[in-house]
Amino acid sequence: MAYDSHAATHGHDAHDDHKPHGWRRWVFATNHKDIGTMYLIFSGLMFFIGGAMAMVIRAELFKPGLQFVDPQFFNSMTTMHALFMIFGAVMPAWTGLANWQIPLQVGAPDMALPRLNNFSFWILPFAFTILLSTIFVPGGGPAGGWTLYPPLVLQTSEAFPMVIFAIHLMGASSILGAINVIVTIMNMRAPGMTLLRMPLFVWSWLITAYLLIAVMPVLAGAVTMLLTDHFFGTTFFTAAGGGDPVMFQHIFWFFGHPEVYILILPAFGIVSEIIPAFARKPIFGYEAMVYAIASIAFLSFIVWAHHMFTVGMPLAGQLFFMLSTMLIAIPTGVKVFNWTATMWKSSMTFEPPMLFALSFLFLFTIGGFSGLMLAIVPADFQYHDTYFVVAHFHYVLVPGAIFSIMAGVYYWLPKWTSKMYDLKLATIHFWLSTIFVNVLFFPQHFLGLAGMPRRIPDYATQFTDWNMVSSIGAFGFGLSQLLFPYIIWKCVKSGVPAPSRAWEGAHGLEWELPSPLPYHTWEEPPAMDVIAKGAAH
Amino acid sequence: MIRKALVSLAALAATLSPAAHAESGWHLLNMTQGVTDISRKIYSLHMLIFWVCVIIGIVVFGVMIYSLLKFRKSQGAVADTTMVHNTKVEVVWTVIPVAILVAMAVPAANTLVQLEDTRNTELTIKVTGYQWGWQYDYLDNGVVFFSRLTREADAARRMGSGVDVTKIEHYLRDVDNPLIIPVDTKVRLLVTATDVIHAWWVPELAIKKDAIPGYVNEMWFKVDADKAGTYRGQCVELCGRDHGFMPIVTKAVSKEEFQTWLKTTAAAQKQASAPQQPAAAPAVANAG
Repeated sequence: MAYDSHAATHGHDAHDDHKPHGWRRWVFATNHKDIGTMYLIFSGLMFFIGGAMAMVIRAELFKPGLQFVDPQFFNSMTTMHALFMIFGAVMPAWTGLANWQIPLQVGAPDMALPRLNNFSFWILPFAFTILLSTIFVPGGGPAGGWTLYPPLVLQTSEAFPMVIFAIHLMGASSILGAINVIVTIMNMRAPGMTLLRMPLFVWSWLITAYLLIAVMPVLAGAVTMLLTDHFFGTTFFTAAGGGDPVMFQHIFWFFGHPEVYILILPAFGIVSEIIPAFARKPIFGYEAMVYAIASIAFLSFIVWAHHMFTVGMPLAGQLFFMLSTMLIAIPTGVKVFNWTATMWKSSMTFEPPMLFALSFLFLFTIGGFSGLMLAIVPADFQYHDTYFVVAHFHYVLVPGAIFSIMAGVYYWLPKWTSKMYDLKLATIHFWLSTIFVNVLFFPQHFLGLAGMPRRIPDYATQFTDWNMVSSIGAFGFGLSQLLFPYIIWKCVKSGVPAPSRAWEGAHGLEWELPSPLPYHTWEEPPAMDVIAKGAAH
Repeated sequence: MIRKALVSLAALAATLSPAAHAESGWHLLNMTQGVTDISRKIYSLHMLIFWVCVIIGIVVFGVMIYSLLKFRKSQGAVADTTMVHNTKVEVVWTVIPVAILVAMAVPAANTLVQLEDTRNTELTIKVTGYQWGWQYDYLDNGVVFFSRLTREADAARRMGSGVDVTKIEHYLRDVDNPLIIPVDTKVRLLVTATDVIHAWWVPELAIKKDAIPGYVNEMWFKVDADKAGTYRGQCVELCGRDHGFMPIVTKAVSKEEFQTWLKTTAAAQKQASAPQQPAAAPAVANAG
């Protein structure tokens, strides 16, 4: 091949920047940076599609009465909003960040399995095209909630097999991505990069990847049983045929709870990178942070039934799941305390990544508090399936997962592009996001406590006032997010050159690399002293 | 999406201008204390855990905010880079939360045990959810009826109905035939469903259980003797297109009134219908 002979004539280093050009570079991509970029762009696209669905929801809920959409369409909006945000926005964003950062941070030249990497990305656009197109098939999109509870989900019309297939594809993509992360971390660390020297982002992803491999097949099994119930006459979940609809919920949440941590553990990792960088101080209790992530991951497997206290469970079961759920507060508390201690006696500055990380710290903790309240079973009977729950999980997922993704992008963007973005505009993006996210979600606690159920397109008139506030917050939040792609676009187009260590206090191997980053990095593993300098936690 | 937002803002102006009708909802911030012993216990648990969170929040956020103000580079703060680990502190902030959690778990478990104690009930009503309404069956007395959203609200909630829903009393929280229950009586509800999963919840009674096809769940409540009144809720498990239009209304009446209602209704239903069919809704249901 011309490629090889060229490399041979110019010596090994010369092919550094040789890559397929045009569309081939992306379709046949095997470079971790290119694949990471595609994952992140895809995630951003899904974030805006899912966000548009949220806007439809909040517009309909602006005031009582049905104004814009049919209840069935409303239900498909809540269902698809969740599927798009969870599987389309947050999970691919983590994989994108993993692709970009893990090889840079552990001193590896690329991900271990580049072609698998290409495959796992390119599955996703197909999966989401199928899922999105269900809106246009007879009977409309899936409208039984993202939790897909039977028997309701079995009433889905033409969209049903498409949804199941799309979920299978997403699951396959996640599993392949997770395998790649584990193999890369386990086999491709530079000599001297011991496990307990790894950056916390890498640690959090390693544990997340194991969670993914453990639970995605469980989801695949559950939806396959739905498929055979629907088309092949099995009755796994149909009581009339000897099946059990509650069994689905157990299987689903055995996947679903670890899934929640799949969405949040990498956020812990990112925040643990950013706070020390801008506090100019190593992370407090590095090992405790690692063990806390590991214990949270372990506990995530034994708490699933707290999502379903109202299905009618034996007393012993309720007590067990209440206590195991409360236990999660301990390692999570340790993490929050360690971040706080990292800020203690530090020397902080407040650039956009730090601002988003701090917003995460405060607002995720609020989501943690409402989570603790939800663990108390008798009280959960009043909270369950109300807007209190909606407020809770949006606090942990929006200022939790989404804000830390943004923090991560703002932190590493100068490394990726070798240019600095508009810090002032990003700070405005931060303030608008933080203010509106609270206007959007805080009143939902009130609505839930006052008795408003979730997943309803219309409501009793006493809920009007706080719903209006929440909707205004939603429109404000949605509009402010348009700044994000603009800031990134502007940075790529016309950002001023950034130094190779873009932030004064940033540590880690990625900052030891030159800017602009060569197409291939760490072809020679970093020297021991470079690793020691990078791993200064 | 932006156009939708603008349309909604216009709708806001339209709603706010004749703001005189419909009662305000600004004051609805917290859980109801309810009308049963259990509901008050749940409320106190809720407030207890809430205040525990508030206190932890004040301490943790206090330290964070103090750090944010004090340890700024712009204020000349110098980082203490040797502070990376402190076993004593880490043990303390692990043990204290454990203690708080144990202290929370004990009252929670106590209430839970009471809540699940369905012995010695005095009246049993079977509740069946279907798409989209409820059927109530007074098992020992042969009174059966359906309960659905009122016709007025059902017409008003249609898109383009032209009705100002805020003018409708108890919009989406009113039914044709409410569930009549006696006060000061331990009532057991057996909950099931015919098609998909529903969930029966009345916040004032502090009970919520899923109505699942093929399952019969049970729960109980005992309304205080002096708390006769109407208590409203709705289906809380997504059950399809009209999930949001499946209200639950319970009318708690005195024991005597309840007995009279039960007798008249049973007699009326016996007369009115063939034995296998649930009778048409009893008009007297609204008499209480």
